[in-house]
Amino acid sequence: MTHHQPRIDTSPKVSDEVRKTTCYMCACRCGINVHMKDGKVAYIEGNRDHPVNRGVLCAKGSAGIMQHNAPSRLRAPLKRVGPRGSGEFEEITWDEALSIATDWLAPLREKDPSKLAFFTGRDQSQSFTSYWAQNFGTPNYAAHGGFCSVNMAAAGIYTMGGAFWEFGQPDWEHTKLFMIFGVAEDHDSNPIKMGIGRIKERGAKVIGVNPIRSGYNAVADEWVGITPGTDGLFILSLVHELLKSGRIDLDYLARYTNAPVLVNMDETSPDHGLLLRDEAGKTLVIDRKTGKPAPFDQKGVRPDLSATYRHGGTTYKPVMHLIAERYLDPQYAPEAVAARCGIPADKIRTIAAELARVAFDEEIVLEQEWTDFRGETHKVMKGRPVSFHAMRGISAHSNGFQTCRALHMLQILLGTVEVPGGFRFKPPYPKPVTAHPKPHAKVTPDSPLDGPHLGFVQGPEDLALKEDGSPARIDKAFTWENPMSAHGLMHMVISNAHAGDPYRIDTLFMYMANMSWNSSMNTRGVMDMLTDKDESGAYVIPRIIYSDAYSSEMVAYADLILPDTTYLERHDCISLLDRPICEADAAADAIRWPVVEPDRDVRGFQSVLCELGARLNLPGFVNEDGSQKYADYADYITNHQRKPGIGPLAGWRTGDEGLTHGRGAPNAAQLQTYIENGGFFIKHIPDAAAYYKPWNRQYQDWAVDLGIYDSPQPYIFDLYVEPMRRFQLAAEGHGDRQPPDHLRERIRETLDPLPIWYPPFEDAGVDTDEFTIHALTQRPMAMYHSWGSQNAWLRQIHGHNPLYLPTKLWEAHGFSEGDWARVSSAHGQITVPVAHMAALNENTVWTWNAIGKRKGAWALDKDAPEATKGFLLNHLIHELLPPKGDGLRWANSDPITGQAAWFDLRVKIEKAEAPTESQPRFDPISSPVGRGPDHLEWKVGK
Amino acid sequence: MTSLPESTDRKLGLVIDLDTCVGCHACVVSCKGWNTENYGAPLSDQEPYGADPTGTFLNRVHSYEVQPDQGAAQLIHFPKSCLHCDDAPCVTVCPTGASYKRVEDGIVLVNETDCIGCGLCAWACPYGAREMDAAEGVMKKCTLCVDRIYNENLPEEDRVPACVRTCPAGARHFGDLGDPNSDVSKLVEERGGMDLMPEQGTKPVNKYLPPRPKDRMDRPAPAQAEGDIDVLAPFLKPVAEEPKGFIGWLDKALEKL
Repeated sequence: MTHHQPRIDTSPKVSDEVRKTTCYMCACRCGINVHMKDGKVAYIEGNRDHPVNRGVLCAKGSAGIMQHNAPSRLRAPLKRVGPRGSGEFEEITWDEALSIATDWLAPLREKDPSKLAFFTGRDQSQSFTSYWAQNFGTPNYAAHGGFCSVNMAAAGIYTMGGAFWEFGQPDWEHTKLFMIFGVAEDHDSNPIKMGIGRIKERGAKVIGVNPIRSGYNAVADEWVGITPGTDGLFILSLVHELLKSGRIDLDYLARYTNAPVLVNMDETSPDHGLLLRDEAGKTLVIDRKTGKPAPFDQKGVRPDLSATYRHGGTTYKPVMHLIAERYLDPQYAPEAVAARCGIPADKIRTIAAELARVAFDEEIVLEQEWTDFRGETHKVMKGRPVSFHAMRGISAHSNGFQTCRALHMLQILLGTVEVPGGFRFKPPYPKPVTAHPKPHAKVTPDSPLDGPHLGFVQGPEDLALKEDGSPARIDKAFTWENPMSAHGLMHMVISNAHAGDPYRIDTLFMYMANMSWNSSMNTRGVMDMLTDKDESGAYVIPRIIYSDAYSSEMVAYADLILPDTTYLERHDCISLLDRPICEADAAADAIRWPVVEPDRDVRGFQSVLCELGARLNLPGFVNEDGSQKYADYADYITNHQRKPGIGPLAGWRTGDEGLTHGRGAPNAAQLQTYIENGGFFIKHIPDAAAYYKPWNRQYQDWAVDLGIYDSPQPYIFDLYVEPMRRFQLAAEGHGDRQPPDHLRERIRETLDPLPIWYPPFEDAGVDTDEFTIHALTQRPMAMYHSWGSQNAWLRQIHGHNPLYLPTKLWEAHGFSEGDWARVSSAHGQITVPVAHMAALNENTVWTWNAIGKRKGAWALDKDAPEATKGFLLNHLIHELLPPKGDGLRWANSDPITGQAAWFDLRVKIEKAEAPTESQPRFDPISSPVGRGPDHLEWKVGK
Repeated sequence: MTSLPESTDRKLGLVIDLDTCVGCHACVVSCKGWNTENYGAPLSDQEPYGADPTGTFLNRVHSYEVQPDQGAAQLIHFPKSCLHCDDAPCVTVCPTGASYKRVEDGIVLVNETDCIGCGLCAWACPYGAREMDAAEGVMKKCTLCVDRIYNENLPEEDRVPACVRTCPAGARHFGDLGDPNSDVSKLVEERGGMDLMPEQGTKPVNKYLPPRPKDRMDRPAPAQAEGDIDVLAPFLKPVAEEPKGFIGWLDKALEKL
């Protein structure tokens, strides 16, 4: 047959209309173009104008069409009719659902608002949901940060007024060496992929530190296959090498950090270890020009990193001395840490040398004048082109806070934070820790809480304790067990509520948190706690209200279900008051709006809270005449003012002379203007304010103008975190507020004001000769927690999650393809399929998380591989450490922040006969939504 | 059997950078979305919520482990779709003329109305790049988004294949590989771009850029022969061994500031 070429239409109509909104297929909050045909969603692509993703979109984002149309979507409010856990419900009206909720909650608010525990999972509206909880008056509110990455966030904020991801980003355009630690493959995923692409295009290098060489670590030029839980030790060894060779940025340390600040060295003083301050409370340094103490921020002061000071019989040393004394110790030498870290000593030396070479020998200079907070004008912006990024891999350990602190100390010693080529903050960061709220937990019947729930404690006086010293919060956040728990401890709520420790609650109200499955440690135990009854036959946790868009595993365990919309059917704001989408060069926020109306009897959860708040007569949610204040969430987004002129969205507010940004009165057309502008607002930072932001007058003034601060907030980085020392002092017996005796030693040891490393707690609680293997989970790039494996397209990519074994273990146990293993921890046992992976730390096994599903959930077939072969490591992890024989419940958490220590897990493995299904197996739950169709030919436009 | 054109005016194709591809599957799903809604029959799925979900994809990412003789194992992500070969065996094997290679740009397409679903082309393709759609019974393959790249209803910058537009890492490049001065040709030249399985004689238009050398820090002992160039910095030289010495150094260093 000769060549025959038909005519084809190469210019077909693409869509009737493009609606621009914000993705919610993970937490990145990329901009998306939703192509509509015949009023239906036809195709989703990235929005080229959007600051987060600039047009690109990941697999999840492009698969949004399958999420939006998922058969697992809940269809109407549900009331439980079978026993808890059965999944038996009847559909009810919204009026009935809201009446039930009001009848349950109103008496609690009247008598004791703390009987409500309201926790909101992967909520992207925390500034709103916390406002609701605050108005209700319960201290028991948080989102999921406590089991995600609070160590990273809190360590960053306490050390340098910001952290990674939504707080900041590498200077992708200038960095020459990018080093990542334990980066989960989803967080900030598109920006990191874009950044790595940019870096490689320029020939810059990437060092990946991760026990598992997948994703970003697979493309990294250098891979450091570290032993889990030892990142802090590795980092402190790098610090040792840099100090020993004098390869640190002394000028930067003197000007911009508390390295020169004087510390009280008198061991007998109640102020031992505290910083020397003047009467105004300013920390003091020795001025090299005068040799005398001066406030750190005094005009013209030249802080001395070396000089000591003696006054009134007390010696004061600069923090720099304490740093040298600690980290020059041979215990941090590469040889001393190599075996524990699983990294050869020479490799540690090579990395230290390379960091120093790029930071100092490849210094970059931007010809840009700027003025610092002391009034000194600098002709140029000097840059050290080494940048770092880290996430949950180093965070989700019981030594995670100090490890994250160590990493921040490393970047600061190199002088790479907020300089060209280094790590840069994104508005509203930098923000000094003292500018954040402190936690509030004072409960008054029939009244709001006395302030915001979550915050940053400065010392024992800020803990959330009742008058008798017992925890004020159900999750025991901000107590001596974990004093600096800035995000709360969602993973302890059910366990504590079930144990009645510290007290009993009445209603557990949750949103987007799959607690009876992948979002809990000790999954089977949580199911038991949720269904447990007391002697009278009543549930130990009396009432459970849950809101979700989908038929997740948690739905079966609630008494009342408030069905949420999909992300394409709702209003949302990605607010500067919350977790915005800013870039290092710009402030930005965004919205979601209903690009399609729901075809089910569902409502956006935040709109439901507006009505429920009004029914409960909550002050922030009713007008003076008692009528409902906000008709829905869109009304709240437009009209709520957190303080005069500051609302959820910064763009297009009403000023004295027309529209303005940042500060201004509400604008009735604001949401429409966002829609017309592609769903987001962006305001660029002037060039002179782009770097050195914590110390840069131009930036500080710009931030005040936009409403980020009310006054300039310059500060220096806290290499030495004084609030931690205050807790140590209490543990040493100083002060009125004293920790219980059983916690004194742990506080003294772990709340060190300079970074330390200690072995993960699990190592002390289990026999490490028996449980020799570390076990981890990672999220696949193409999935986001439990949502991904209900998605018809994504589950074809990641439908199976074997346990990956390194060569050494694979061969030692004689495994071959198709085999199964019994995996045991001190807490539990699972039997699961295994697979071989060579690019893996030799003592580490891992699997993809949240692929395993419970039968009956998510509208999947009962024989779906996610339910028959999929599994969760969660069954091996307990929310408590193994009992120590003291009768106390010790959380499996970081002792500083309470972060869930998922990655401390140790296991042993043995070959097992292949069972018919992964073990443990659970009975199917009945589905309130039925099952999905058995074929799809998804074409909207015909 | 079907003839190939003697030559094509252009050779449009993809250049895929294996040094940068992180294996995120963004290209896979973007392709699935565009081509389900556009060219020809939708890319169907069987048992999408069942025990054995399968569906038609025009682009898939495979991952391979590489174990060098020395040093750590590596993981390579390898996206694969039709390579729009100059000597496309899938075209010449087609009994109905449904498969063809376009003269103007070299894109290999299937005319679905002429396709009888015999599957010979999939058998002939050494790359496994064609997939039979189980619902429609026709052969589906990468069209290089022929309905995007010339589409006047799209902004000009969007007239690239969906997989290229969406790739977050920028690992996919689109252009005319027949033009030695095109950006893609220069990239292939600079980076040593390779044909996939050249021994098959298919003359693929798409090229792959190989991963750069890795793990150079896992170097053997630091001692080196005179004149050897080590790209890495030498180990750091100590200024002090203990805190007192360090503080002495510090004083001197501060004087120099």
